[in-house]
Amino acid sequence: MSLDAIDVTAGYGRGPHVLDRVTLSVAPGSVVGLTGPSGTGKTTLARVLALLDRPRSGTVTVDGVVATGTRFRAPRAVRGAVAMLFQSPRASTDPRHTLAAIIAEPGDVVGRRVDVLEAAERVGLTADLLGRRPHQVSDGQLQRACLARALVQAPRYLVCDEATAMLDAATTASLVRLVLAEAAGGLGVLLISHDTELVGACCTSVVDFAPAAGTVGAAAQAGTTAQATGERTRG
Amino acid sequence: MVVAGALLAVVVAYAVLVPWVAGVDDRVTDYSSARLAPSLENLFGTDSAGRDLFVRIASAIRTSLLVALACALLATVIGVVVGTTAGLAGGWVDRIVMRSTDAVNALPHLLLGIVIVAMFRGSLLAVVLSIALTHWTQVARIIRSEILSLRHRPYIDAAILAGAGRRRVITGHLIPAAAPQALIAVVLLLPHAVWHESTLSFLGFGLPPHEASLGTLLEEARSSLLLGGWWTLAFPAGVLVLTTVCVAVFGTSLRTVLAPPQPSELRL
Repeated sequence: MSLDAIDVTAGYGRGPHVLDRVTLSVAPGSVVGLTGPSGTGKTTLARVLALLDRPRSGTVTVDGVVATGTRFRAPRAVRGAVAMLFQSPRASTDPRHTLAAIIAEPGDVVGRRVDVLEAAERVGLTADLLGRRPHQVSDGQLQRACLARALVQAPRYLVCDEATAMLDAATTASLVRLVLAEAAGGLGVLLISHDTELVGACCTSVVDFAPAAGTVGAAAQAGTTAQATGERTRG
Repeated sequence: MVVAGALLAVVVAYAVLVPWVAGVDDRVTDYSSARLAPSLENLFGTDSAGRDLFVRIASAIRTSLLVALACALLATVIGVVVGTTAGLAGGWVDRIVMRSTDAVNALPHLLLGIVIVAMFRGSLLAVVLSIALTHWTQVARIIRSEILSLRHRPYIDAAILAGAGRRRVITGHLIPAAAPQALIAVVLLLPHAVWHESTLSFLGFGLPPHEASLGTLLEEARSSLLLGGWWTLAFPAGVLVLTTVCVAVFGTSLRTVLAPPQPSELRL
């Protein structure tokens, strides 16, 4: 039982491989760190694991179920199993929705009633913020709402893609603490960050996408490390 | 915007109230009072069949505005459906749909409109269809580009991860985001549709001559003009220009209110 990328090769358009035969595993309850310079494919791996992008070769399995499709075509059995926390909370919330609507969305999608107040409290958001729209709250508050939304989805795995890159140290600390608490409750977490200190401090194992060599942790085995491609553009 | 809005309100009030208060059928002819110059009795004079132009222009505006509104709405609905389909599907569907849109766009749209009206034989529905079917392409383009810029936003990804299907993403995120653009398209299409209806009716392809519309009035004015009846042309034409300019100014102002340039765009 784990979220696995097996021998994954990925890239964009007709460009070169961004990931070249990468293998990585996130077990429930573990916090796997992923670091590396810009352009080494950290986000690409995150999107492949979240079934948002299709790899050129290799497979992604979610608790043993092989993911055959991506986005809308992802297998029914694994939809909702992986949640993602994105780098920019602004870009990852619909500017027309209130925080309450944003947090409740995963529940609405599957037709389940959500206690928005409780979900907000869980991530340290006060009730008075729930009626506001994204432009009326700070980045930190908005990222908390995104975390609440991810948790409302009741995922088995959470991919945090540079989720604290736009936040100050104090907010980063409290957000990471919240994620770690969820991991202690059985959530498998992939923590992607440039901040090696942060990753070192809170992860059970760390994968480094540095071009030199991959550091292989207990729960994660990185195969050939990603090919560095410099600045990458979406094709 | 306030001035344009107020003038438009006056025009609409005139169109709605005058035929109602006057209580006469504007189609009834009375040749004993044909081609009377404007007076207190007949504010805008009478036409070649002795019909009071003040009343007749009011019902003409009503017809023209209703036809234009129906055209603008129908064209926008077609444009939104086509644009959303192309933008969301992407790939070869997008290419085929957009090339077909280009093809429709490349045809002279007045000629295409006349062909469509001729196919359905000059009824109100035919006029609406012919204008709507030739004016959805711009809307489709705008909506498609809007959808293209939205469909890979992380919040769409987040909804997909939560298990949202296509329909939910479209109705919950994409359509609400594109709605202001669609509304602006409706308003901006209105004056254009008024002119098209007038053109079709003027050329004799649109509404039958006894039905008052700005186009049929202008067509009638042609014969009276040679007999010195300047008012038969001046008043309908003036009202036509006033109405369309008001709607156009109103629509343009609405755009700055509904879709203002983003602060981030201004800084770039």
